[in-house]
Amino acid sequence: MSELLLHVKGLSCERDDRMLIRDLAFDLHGGEILQIEGPNGSGKTTLIRILCGLSDDYEGELHWRGQPRHRNDDRFRQEHLYFGHLTGIKTSLSPRENLRWILQLKGVGERGPALDTAIETALEKVGLASYEDVPVYALSAGQKRRVALARLQVEPALLWVLDEPFTAIDRKGVAELEALIQQHASRGGSVLLTTHHALDIPGLRKLQLGLGGGQWALN
Amino acid sequence: MGTELNPAAVNPAVVKPPSMAQGFNAMLRRDLVVAFRQRSDLVNPLFFFIMVIALFPLGIGPEPSTLQKIAPGVIWIAALLSTLLSVDSLFRQDFDDGSLELALLSPQPLFVLVLGKIIAHWLVTALPLILVSPVLGVMLYMDADTIQATLCSLLLGTPVLSMISAIGAALTVGLRKGGVLVAIIALPLYVPVLIFGTGAVEAASMSMAFGGQLAILGAFLILALAFAPFAIAAGLRISLNG
Repeated sequence: MSELLLHVKGLSCERDDRMLIRDLAFDLHGGEILQIEGPNGSGKTTLIRILCGLSDDYEGELHWRGQPRHRNDDRFRQEHLYFGHLTGIKTSLSPRENLRWILQLKGVGERGPALDTAIETALEKVGLASYEDVPVYALSAGQKRRVALARLQVEPALLWVLDEPFTAIDRKGVAELEALIQQHASRGGSVLLTTHHALDIPGLRKLQLGLGGGQWALN
Repeated sequence: MGTELNPAAVNPAVVKPPSMAQGFNAMLRRDLVVAFRQRSDLVNPLFFFIMVIALFPLGIGPEPSTLQKIAPGVIWIAALLSTLLSVDSLFRQDFDDGSLELALLSPQPLFVLVLGKIIAHWLVTALPLILVSPVLGVMLYMDADTIQATLCSLLLGTPVLSMISAIGAALTVGLRKGGVLVAIIALPLYVPVLIFGTGAVEAASMSMAFGGQLAILGAFLILALAFAPFAIAAGLRISLNG
């Protein structure tokens, strides 16, 4: 078995006097893909925000690569990629400027031309080859999502945490993204995602939330 | 090339630990570019500042002695209110588009990013006010010394105002309507800055030494630079936690 990345034990979360998640436990190893499923309001996004460290409104234990998350927080920040409902893309900037900012924030060592070519290749791969310098507000909704998805091509990360990545993406894009997720897993990375799509990925694990009273099922 | 960067995905040792300067620069540059693309946001505080000061002689009367007397207070209060006016937008857009979440989760320390953001905000909203203040000073019959004191006190004082209001903005960014709340949080903390800022200008207008007041403003600035970014970072974490 490959390295144990994320280890969750006894995680409970309450919202508005309602038990969303009770005593959740799962392990995520390198190369694994875990889909979090559940009806609207079942706590998928809440769980994702807890796992990323955006929310500390929970009880239980979270371990990243063998250590409690709060103790190796720096390492976790560098090794995960969070893709949320809000994509973090500024509409007044071009796709190139947006990606450059995100990569600089991540501390990617490349500079100048090397970074630029990497960004161009990434944008080309998501089908935005001639849109590098167009302000994002001039792009369509699907193209805006694609700008954000271009992060998956260039941003170095071990764990991808994707919250509804398929929203507003066309059929071809969905297939490409599925392939990309599998490629990431085959390289030893792991993926946590929420989606209502029926994914066509062999070896996919599923975490079912919202079974009432904070119950969950893992298969 | 894109796939060549990606092996780091499997072996994160390839990624260098982030340098603080890189995060600071990235934030500063992005915010400056965004500000220059949305020029209306940039002009609003400046316009407000000029309008308030230009209306005073019309409302109070054009006697030089009266105007000279109220000039320090008028310029300082106008600067203070225009800071307050512009600060609501400081984190709002980043909160709405999700880039604040990315900043929070990035390996860069949040206070460094926050500092870059505030300096960018000060450069586009407060610096123009300071640059036009001599012209407005002449309009209020200030003499050369007083204008000089106004410039110095605003240069030292407005960054403190920006930092203080950013604490309020960080705490209220998660609320739907935080506008008035920012004022309530920030105004009491503005008072010392206002007292010493107008004090410096008043002393200069009476041809007295104003170095002492400027030194105190300088001390406020150092204090704010040292501690406010941490308070703002903590405020943002609270606002996004949910």
